[in-house]
Amino acid sequence: MSVRVGVVQFPGTNCELDVVWAVERLGADARILWHGDATVHGVDAVVVPGGFAHGDYLRTGAIARFSPVMTAVAEFAASGGPVVGICNGFQVLTEAGLLPGALQKNSGLTFLCEPADLRVETSSSVLTANTTPGTVLRIPINHFEGNYVCDADTLRRLRDEDRVVLRYVRNPNGSLDDIAGIASERGNVVGLMPHPERASDALLGSADGVVLLESLLASAGHAIPR
Amino acid sequence: MMFSIRIDVAHLPGVLDPQGATVERALPALGYTNVTAVSIAKTIRLLVDAASEDAARAQVDEMCGRLLANPVIERYTVEVEELVAS
Repeated sequence: MSVRVGVVQFPGTNCELDVVWAVERLGADARILWHGDATVHGVDAVVVPGGFAHGDYLRTGAIARFSPVMTAVAEFAASGGPVVGICNGFQVLTEAGLLPGALQKNSGLTFLCEPADLRVETSSSVLTANTTPGTVLRIPINHFEGNYVCDADTLRRLRDEDRVVLRYVRNPNGSLDDIAGIASERGNVVGLMPHPERASDALLGSADGVVLLESLLASAGHAIPR
Repeated sequence: MMFSIRIDVAHLPGVLDPQGATVERALPALGYTNVTAVSIAKTIRLLVDAASEDAARAQVDEMCGRLLANPVIERYTVEVEELVAS
C-alpha cells in the first residue's frame, strides 16, 4: 500500500501542489489537509509546505499555529508521526512550539531565491534517514525570514543531541551556526528552510531533494518511539 | 471599564534588526551623521473591556505571550489608559 502523505494548506500556502507532485512521483498517495479541518485524516506523514500562511501577518507562522489542523498535527507529532515543515512550514512549526527557536529576517535584508549547498549533519531524523552524514546536497532556498535564532542553551542541546539536520556550506542569511534545518528530540519533526520538492528532478536543476523525500516516505508509518 | 492599550513589540537585545540597521546606514546619506541605535518596532493598539486595570494588564500579558510577541526574539511593553465616557 502506498504511503499516505498529508500536505497542509493554509490560506496563503503556495507550495502544496509542488510537494504533492514530488511525493506522488516517488510512489506516495498525497492528499491536501485543509487548515480548517481538525484532523490529519489518518495519513502516515505530514508536510507543512511553504508559502505565506495567513499572509504571514504579525509574524511568519504566528496565525497559522492556531488553525484547527495544527492541533491535529501536534497530536500526530506527539504520537511519533513524521512531520516536516518546509520554509514557511518550518516557521509555523517553531511558532507552534513543535520545534525550538525562531526564524528572523535574513541578515542581508534581502529576499533570497537561489540554490544553496547543504551538508547533511545527521541521519537520525525522518528527513535524512536514507542519507550519509557529510553528503552535500544542492537545494533551492526561497525566503526572507530564514535566519535561524535560538538561545545558547537551546543551541547547545541541538548540537549535543545531534538535532542539527542540515547546515549551509556557505551561510546565505546569517543563520545561527549555519543551521538550515533542525529536528525534534525524537527526530520525527523536522523543519528546514530549503525546498526539497523544488530539487526533485534533474530538469529542475537538481534532484538532490529526492533522497530527503524518500527518507520521509521510508519513515512514514513507523512511529518513532519515545 | 474600557481600557485603551498600546503594546510596543521590539527585538530582544542581540537579535538582529536588519530594518533598523539599514535605516541607520541610510540616515548619514542625508547628512544626519550623529544618529545611532536605530531600532524598528511594531505598535499594536487595542481596546479591552475589563473589570479593572490589573485585569486588563493581565489579559494583555497573556495575549502577548500566546500570540502578539514571540519571546524567542521579541520583547514588549504595555501602556494602559482607562477610557472615561465624556
